[in-house]
Order: sequence, then structure tokens, then C-alpha cells
Amino acid sequence: MSELVSDLDGSGLRLRQESVDARHGILLYLEEVTVTFDGFKAIDNLSLYIGDGELRCIIGPNGAGKTTMMDIITGKTKPDSGRVFFGQTIDLLKLDEPAIARMGIGRKFQRPTVIEPLTVLENLELAMSGAKRFRGLITTRLSGEERDRIDAVLEKVGLTEHSGRLAGILAHGQKQWLEIGMLLMQEPRLLLVDEPVAGMTPAEMDRTAELLRSLAGSHSVVVVEHDMGFVRSIADQVTVLHQGRVLAEGRLEELQIDPMVIEVYLGAGDAYH
Amino acid sequence: MVLPRWLLADRAGLVLLAVLAVISIGIPVLNLLVPPDHPLHLTAYTVTVLGKYLCYALLAVAIDLVWGYMGILSLGHAAFFALGGYCFGMYLMRQIGTRGVYGDPVLPDFMVFLNWQELPWYWHGFDLFWFAALMVLVVPGLLAFVFGWFAFRSRVSGVYLSIITQALTYALMLAFFRNEMGFGGNNGLTDFKDVLGFSLQANETRIVLFVLSALALAGGYLLCRWLVSTRLGRVLVAIRDSEDRARFLGYRVERVKALVFTLSAMLAGVAGALYVPQVGIINPGEFAPLNSIEAVIWVAVGGRGTLVGAVVGAVLVNYAKTWLTGALPEIWLFALGGLFVAVTLLLPRGLIGLLRRREATT
Ligand SMILES: Nc1ncnc2c1ncn2[C@@H]1O[C@H](COP(=O)(O)OP(=O)(O)O)[C@@H](O)[C@H]1O
Ligand SMILES: [Mg+2]
Repeated sequence: MSELVSDLDGSGLRLRQESVDARHGILLYLEEVTVTFDGFKAIDNLSLYIGDGELRCIIGPNGAGKTTMMDIITGKTKPDSGRVFFGQTIDLLKLDEPAIARMGIGRKFQRPTVIEPLTVLENLELAMSGAKRFRGLITTRLSGEERDRIDAVLEKVGLTEHSGRLAGILAHGQKQWLEIGMLLMQEPRLLLVDEPVAGMTPAEMDRTAELLRSLAGSHSVVVVEHDMGFVRSIADQVTVLHQGRVLAEGRLEELQIDPMVIEVYLGAGDAYH
Repeated sequence: MVLPRWLLADRAGLVLLAVLAVISIGIPVLNLLVPPDHPLHLTAYTVTVLGKYLCYALLAVAIDLVWGYMGILSLGHAAFFALGGYCFGMYLMRQIGTRGVYGDPVLPDFMVFLNWQELPWYWHGFDLFWFAALMVLVVPGLLAFVFGWFAFRSRVSGVYLSIITQALTYALMLAFFRNEMGFGGNNGLTDFKDVLGFSLQANETRIVLFVLSALALAGGYLLCRWLVSTRLGRVLVAIRDSEDRARFLGYRVERVKALVFTLSAMLAGVAGALYVPQVGIINPGEFAPLNSIEAVIWVAVGGRGTLVGAVVGAVLVNYAKTWLTGALPEIWLFALGGLFVAVTLLLPRGLIGLLRRREATT
């Protein structure tokens, strides 16, 4: 029972984050991963490597398997076959969602998902790593050090003046930033960001691009996005996913003149703008 | 006196606690010190009815903790209430001793009637008050934990979970109806004489039980209020509004649910244990699926996710029930159904929501 109580957060399974071994420069390995839903291959023998500190964009038409790929990395969906490793040593397929989250992988959902009846500050507090052990949960106060961490993240995502407001009344873009802030409170090594700018105004998009770029380097960031202009503004490296597999990979300028990519995606690309 | 910040911020809760303090003093005064012929005199019967409402209110608070804050609509909480009641009823049965119809010093009457020669193993220890009191917490808690552990781990949620909680209480009802179970079958446990040596018929005992019910309600309320104002309380809200978000933030949602569900069942058990000596009987009817549904309606009427609303709803609906079942018994169920529909459509945030809105607009 006491183990159960102290392990509400799955920290019993937690390997220390420092032990993520990215010595070869690669933080995330997906190798020959296949997922089938009722006979339909949503992910088909997909291999993908994300470098340590890299900012990677993943594009691809609707139904290409982008969200499913994130489901696999974060433990929501277990693949039929393949290997998924975080660093050299951590087999993500052996872990469940909370354990993977605690390992240092944060995920932003396609729909902004913040806890609406809580304030911005409370949302960040909820996400704070290290506050999740049972004893850490049974408190009504914030320590000075915790408050500093929250303030730093508020500043980073530009919500400092809104810290006392309910998350539910934030503008759409602010909710997206709050969710990214929640990921940052988890102190992740890898951020998975699903369609962050859908529904944003151009100004909000610019701020988001700036935010994501500022995170690269100290974190690896994987961004799934439809908006080509946005992708152009942030990405070093772009992967095109199609029918559950990698169609092409490279710099956006190269991809835009690749006939195969043009055919499946960019040709019809206007539909996604 | 310095109150913690989480309590100071809870104005409705402070009002509730003040009301409980006032009635804990006032009602004994009106019963014991005001002469019986005085119009303000309260009869022991009235005191007992009020004590019963307080037990229901504690059950409602327990339900609101899991439903209002964690989003689990349990339609089986009356089972935990009844189990707490049976545990305490077993103690009261053992206190009867030789005063039963058959005069057996150990076996309760119904066992003698069934020609049983010895006490079943699970009745041992219930002659001790402390043991029975402990079981009032342990039995509902354990059942809730085992049930919750499996249900939540299999990620059963929403309406499916509500249905299996109904099945749970229904199955227990059928089991307790059987004589072979050893809990008095159909008739349940009754004919109680005294508790810790004090006669249950005595005015003073009834007053003490009433005050204890008020204290238990205050304690249960404070525990829940404190819990929902901690970080864990915010985790509960996160689970309610976006279970996946909580999970991907690193929370073991299943364990949080199982733990809080267990705590809630224990509170329901305490409510049941205080209820039984006041009404003088516990029978399998307490497990009836409808009882659990009624309790959920109290919470909905008062205002889900407010704790105070649960208390208000439980007391008002039961007051209406006492009055209506006296005046027009056949329409009670229709009235209850109508009330539920009306509240759902017109007052989604319950009576407390109505008050809060008033407050906000003035
Ligand atoms: N849980 C599921 N059950 C069945 N099919 C699914 C499920 N999740 C995704 N799919 C299917 O897998 C394909 C890939 O979906 P998804 O990963 O959401 O695509 P994207 O995010 O690239 O638009 C789609 O055809 C979708 O219908
Ligand atoms: Mg998607």
C-alpha cells in the first residue's frame, strides 16, 4: 500500500532523466514500426530518428499517421512490431504513458488540452515535475523555488500577466501556449507538438514559431504541422509522412521540388493552408 | 483562532460548519431542556429524522468527491453506505446477548431460528466496538479498492462504469437477501438494544448519535474540502476534464482514482454506521440500486462539485421525501424523477450554482 501511495505518478518506474543516453547524437529511435487498425496499416514499417536538440517538422496529408506516430512514442498505442527507443537504452514499448512522460517526453495534443476550470498558474503547477509524489501532492502551498520555476515558464510562454486567469477563458492561441508551458514544467528532453498553429492568427503563429525555435537545442522538438508557411519558418529538417511511412526527408526547399512529394502532398497542398 | 487559507477561502463551507455547530448545540437544547408541552420542543423522533438527514448528507459528500471532482459517476455508493451499516449493525446485534427472543448469549435470533450451532467466522470480533468501528472503514474501503483497482485499470469509465457500479450494488442486494449469507436475509439486522451500554431508546443516546452525525459530517466535509484544495485536488479535476492530459503529464490516473474512490467509500461507510443505530434496522433494501441513484440526485440538486451543494441537496430532497411520502406516498418516485429532469435542464449547477450566480450579478 505504501508503495502504491508513493507511486501515484509512476515514479517507481522512473529512470533518472539524466540516464537518457543520447551519446550518439540521437535521442529518439523508431525502427520498422508497424501499427494496424482492423487490418488497415496506419503506420507501415516506419523508421525515424530524432537528433538530440533537433527541431524536426513532420508533414503529410490527413490520415498519414502523424498522430498515431505520437501515440506510439508516448505509449498510448502499442505497435504490432518494431522498436522504439529513447536514447540508446530506454525501450519505450515496455513503459506506459505516465512512465514515458516522467522519462522526459512531453506531448501537446492536436486539440488544445488545458484544464479549463483551473487558473493558468494552477495548470502549470499541475504539470510540475517533482510535485507528483504523494507527499508533494498533499499540499496547498507552493515553495519559493517552485514559484520561480513557474514564473520562468510563464515568462517563456508569454502568459505572465494571465497567471491568475482561468485557463478556460484564454484565447485559443494562449491555450496552446499554456499547454506548451505545461510540457516545459515537466522538464522534458523531447517535446512532441501536434498541430500547434491550427486556428491561430498570423501574429500568434509568429510567436509560436519563435517559442518553438527557442526550445530547440536544449530540447528535441518534433512538430507536426500542415501549414507550409509555418513549417518554413521553423524547420531545419522536414520529414514527409505518407500512408504510414516516410516518403522523403530533407530540407523544405529540396522537398518542395521533389516530384514524389509534390504529387502526394504539396501538389494538393493548397487544401491544407 | 487561525484558520488555514484553504478553509478561509471557502465561505459556503464556513457557513455550513457554523450551521452544524449551531444545530449540535441547539437541537439537544430544544429536546432536553425545553419542556415537552412547549411549542419549541423537539421530539426524539424529530431529532432522529434530522440525524438521518445528516448521515445522508455525508453520503452525498462522499459521492460528490468522486463525481463532482473526479468525474466518476458512481451509481453504487449506497452499497458502501449499507456495508458500513451492516458492520455496525453486527456490533449492535452482538450487544443484544441474552435479551433476544431465544435468549442465546452468542447467536443472534435469526441464526437460532435457522438452527445454526455456532457463529460464522466472519461474525467474530464484532462484539468489540473498536473492531466493528474499524470494519466500518475497512469493509467498504476494501471492496471499493478492489473494485476500483480492476475497473480503473481496465480503463472502464463513463456510463459503463456507472452501470457496473449499479450491478455491484444489485449483486450485493441479492446476496444479502439470502439467509445462508448469515446477515439475517430479508429482515436484515434489527431489534437492537444498546450501544456501548447506552440504551438506543433513551433520549440522551439519540441526542449523542445526532451530535456524532453532525461531527462526522463536519469532519467528512473538512477532509474532502482540504483534499480538493491540495494539488491532488487539481489532479482530480484534470482527470475529470481530460484524463489523457493527466496521464501524459505523468500521473498514474488509475491509482489516483482507486485511492480517492476508496476514501469516498469509507466516508459512505461511516455514514451508514451512524445511520443504523438511529433508524434501528439495516436490511438488504439499503443496497437497492434506486438508493444509489437517489443519492446522486441529491448531489445534482444541490450542485455537483461544490461539496456544500451535496449537503444542501441531501437535506432538502430528504425533507421533501419525508413530507411527500407522508402526504402522497405514491407520487414520490415521479416527483424524484421530475426533480432530476428539472435540475438537469434548468439548474445544471444545482441550487448552489443558483446562489453563486445571484452573488455574481449583485
Ligand atoms: N484508434 C484508431 N482506430 C482505428 N483507426 C485509427 C485509429 N487511430 C488512427 N486511425 C487511422 O489511422 C490513420 C492515421 O491517423 P492519424 O495518425 O490520426 O493521421 P494524421 O494525424 O496524420 O492525420 C487514419 O486513417 C485514421 O483513420
Ligand atoms: Mg493528426
